[in-house]
Amino acid sequence: MAAVTVEDLVKSFRVAERQPGTWGALRGVVRRRYRTVRALDGVSFELQPGELVGYIGPNGAGKSTTVKILSGILVPDSGRCEVLGRTPWRERVANARDIGVVFGQRTQLWWDLPVVESFELLRDIYAVPHERFRAAHAELVELLDIGPLLDTPVRQLSLGQRMRCDLAASLLHSPKILYLDEPTIGLDAVSKLAVREFVRRLNRERGVTIILTTHDMDDIEALCRRVILIGSGRILSDGPLEALRAGVTTERRLIVDLADGTGPFESDGAEVVHREGARVHLRFDPALVSAPELIARITSRNAIRDLIVENPPIEEVIARLYGEAGC
Amino acid sequence: MVETLRLYGRYIGASVRGQMQYRASFVLMSIGQLFATGMEFLGIWALFYRFSSLVGWSLPEIALFYGMIHCAFAFADGFGRGFDVFPSMVKTGDFDRLLVRPRSTVFQVAARDLQLMRVGRLTQGLLVLLWAIGALGITWTVARVGLLLAAIAGAACFFLGLFVLQATLSFWTIETLEICNIVTYGGVETAEFPLSIYRTWFRWFFTLVVPLACANYYPGLAILGKPDPAGAPELISWLAPLCGPLFLGVSMLVWRAGVRHYTSTGS
Amino acid sequence: MRGYASFLAARIRVLLQYRAAALAGFGTQLFWGLIRVMIFEAFYRSSTAAQPMTMDEVRSYIWLGQAMLILVMWGPDTDLRDMIRTGGVAYELLRPLDVYWVWFTRCLAQRTVPLVFRAVPMFVVAGLFLGLGAPPSPASAVAWLGATLAAILMSAAFATLISLSLLWTISGEGMCRILPVICWVLSGLIVPLPLYPDWAQRVIMALPFRGLADTPFRLYLGHILPSEALPAIAHQLVWTAAMIAIGRLMLARGLRRVVVQGG
Repeated sequence: MAAVTVEDLVKSFRVAERQPGTWGALRGVVRRRYRTVRALDGVSFELQPGELVGYIGPNGAGKSTTVKILSGILVPDSGRCEVLGRTPWRERVANARDIGVVFGQRTQLWWDLPVVESFELLRDIYAVPHERFRAAHAELVELLDIGPLLDTPVRQLSLGQRMRCDLAASLLHSPKILYLDEPTIGLDAVSKLAVREFVRRLNRERGVTIILTTHDMDDIEALCRRVILIGSGRILSDGPLEALRAGVTTERRLIVDLADGTGPFESDGAEVVHREGARVHLRFDPALVSAPELIARITSRNAIRDLIVENPPIEEVIARLYGEAGC
Repeated sequence: MVETLRLYGRYIGASVRGQMQYRASFVLMSIGQLFATGMEFLGIWALFYRFSSLVGWSLPEIALFYGMIHCAFAFADGFGRGFDVFPSMVKTGDFDRLLVRPRSTVFQVAARDLQLMRVGRLTQGLLVLLWAIGALGITWTVARVGLLLAAIAGAACFFLGLFVLQATLSFWTIETLEICNIVTYGGVETAEFPLSIYRTWFRWFFTLVVPLACANYYPGLAILGKPDPAGAPELISWLAPLCGPLFLGVSMLVWRAGVRHYTSTGS
Repeated sequence: MRGYASFLAARIRVLLQYRAAALAGFGTQLFWGLIRVMIFEAFYRSSTAAQPMTMDEVRSYIWLGQAMLILVMWGPDTDLRDMIRTGGVAYELLRPLDVYWVWFTRCLAQRTVPLVFRAVPMFVVAGLFLGLGAPPSPASAVAWLGATLAAILMSAAFATLISLSLLWTISGEGMCRILPVICWVLSGLIVPLPLYPDWAQRVIMALPFRGLADTPFRLYLGHILPSEALPAIAHQLVWTAAMIAIGRLMLARGLRRVVVQGG
């Protein structure tokens, strides 16, 4: 049975229109004009238990609306939705017991209290049996390395430390599904890696189904084998990351380091994307010229110290897709 | 039920511990509030010094009403603080966090905060009440004591209901309606005196539209053993404390409607 | 002098923007005034003895109090409080203006603009519907205006003192609750001063607080005759001068303290 089933979700919002100018503002006080925004226009997808899915899209595409519906915070206008066999907004409390949510920018911990007290409060809120709590607590503390932080008031933690504690907090009740909304935003490189590694282990070893909403493409590339792209309320793409990339472009990149940084460069037909001193980025279509062939050509014309062949940066792929999504 | 109470205790404990970190400030603010609210009684005392009676009511009798309403409001204000700050929760989207947890939303909001500082108002209310009891020479029966306690508890429920209603408004609008402050704080001021001294239309408003009369006036009448100058039967006095919890129940229903509105329209 | 004048003008302009905030609370004040009027009516009904003031005078007194309420509402200037807490108060010393007068001007502006916004509608509504009478003679009206100006100055001086106290206790919460309440009681906002016990009158009349409300109000009513206006206004001004002097002293000491501690 699928863990999450979403079928033809439709959700519209009424947004008050701000009228320009003073006269418009005065009129706006008397009678507000509303505009209907279709946040979701027939969204459908299915998640199997244990999947780790990236949910991406430009701002305003409908990502947070979808997550809100899945967590029971929002009621859609039409469509079906089942999380672990339940309709989230109809069985809010029961659904809440099986899900965990992490909002990247807002913490769910109590600001003035030591972390461990927040954990204990959450234990009671979720009514976790003591034994299970102790086991989960110990494991999370170890995996996220937050032992030394437990007695610190939350307001004294750095952003990276707080995020790790928030992650732990969201998992104390051992939910089967986890919604991560921008979990690495604003974190330093070390913390980002720690969070990513944790999420990966969580999914692989514990089988927790995870939906990851993020703008950080490195997260996507590191973690998600499957990516769902949403734009203007519609699913534009749903499948492996490779397919997404290939759907946009088949081109690849060749990056060479010249032996002589200041000298000229013979590109011989390959397109130069840009050059920074000794490093030259080239773009080519493998259908027209294969990578080994291009390498042979370039190295015969130029003195090369080092080179590497890559896929185009995922940001570019996504940006192009966003552009098509009409954001 | 027990488990919910225990959770409530944990919440409150967390809130109290947070406030205790600013101990000096808490003491100062409590004393300040004691002073501020207590000064009102000073004014009443001064007027009685000059006029000796207020339409047949004596100072100790007024003190009874005064003490009852201030104690009740202090309880409601202290426990219901979560509803006071609720509008900002909706604005920042923190309310979503409550919806994601497997507990009733009204419980989570109510349990969020226990304002210890309100003990300032409570203290002066108690002092006035105790003085009134001493000066009045009432024959205390079990029934009368019960009525006094029930009335204070009922009045606290009433004010809590007002706070819940006030918070529920923020599901629909970001504006804060002034009428809410008028009914809560204005209500306290009004109920310091027995409702019979006010003009007729005023009395009707606070008996039928906003059941403030049930908070301390009617119970007070029965405790004092005085008949209502307007002729209401004594039975009302004994049933009055029920008004508060009923009102609170109604306001919870309105809250639930508010949550429904929130979840169907987003923020 | 020009520096302070332009500073004052600037602050008034800023405050004019908060028109909406100025109008809020009007309903609350009407309600409050109504209750107090009804309470006093009930008291007056209960006794036939002659009182220092008639009910009509009390009624007008109460509505005057609601119109002028801002003179008695003191909270610490939040900007100043933040400035002191963050140490930015040091910047005040760098300006070529006398710090005390800058702070005084702030408090002055904060009292004049909202005062007009509240007093005018209150006068209209209370005058037309709620029994606020007119002064009995032009002389009374003039005396009242003079006393009101003096009251505004005194209120600013007091508010400056309260803000200055923040240099000592950073949070200042407790003090800021207690002092305004004392002022309320002794200025006539809770009970018109003549109605307090006779044995307390001498002390009450000597204290400065009556200058904030009682003096102007009773001049308005003619309760204090116009011929007695000068001593009353002099009383206000003397106390105001004293407050200013104390304030300047506190500022000098307080700034030294702040700078030494590093903010």
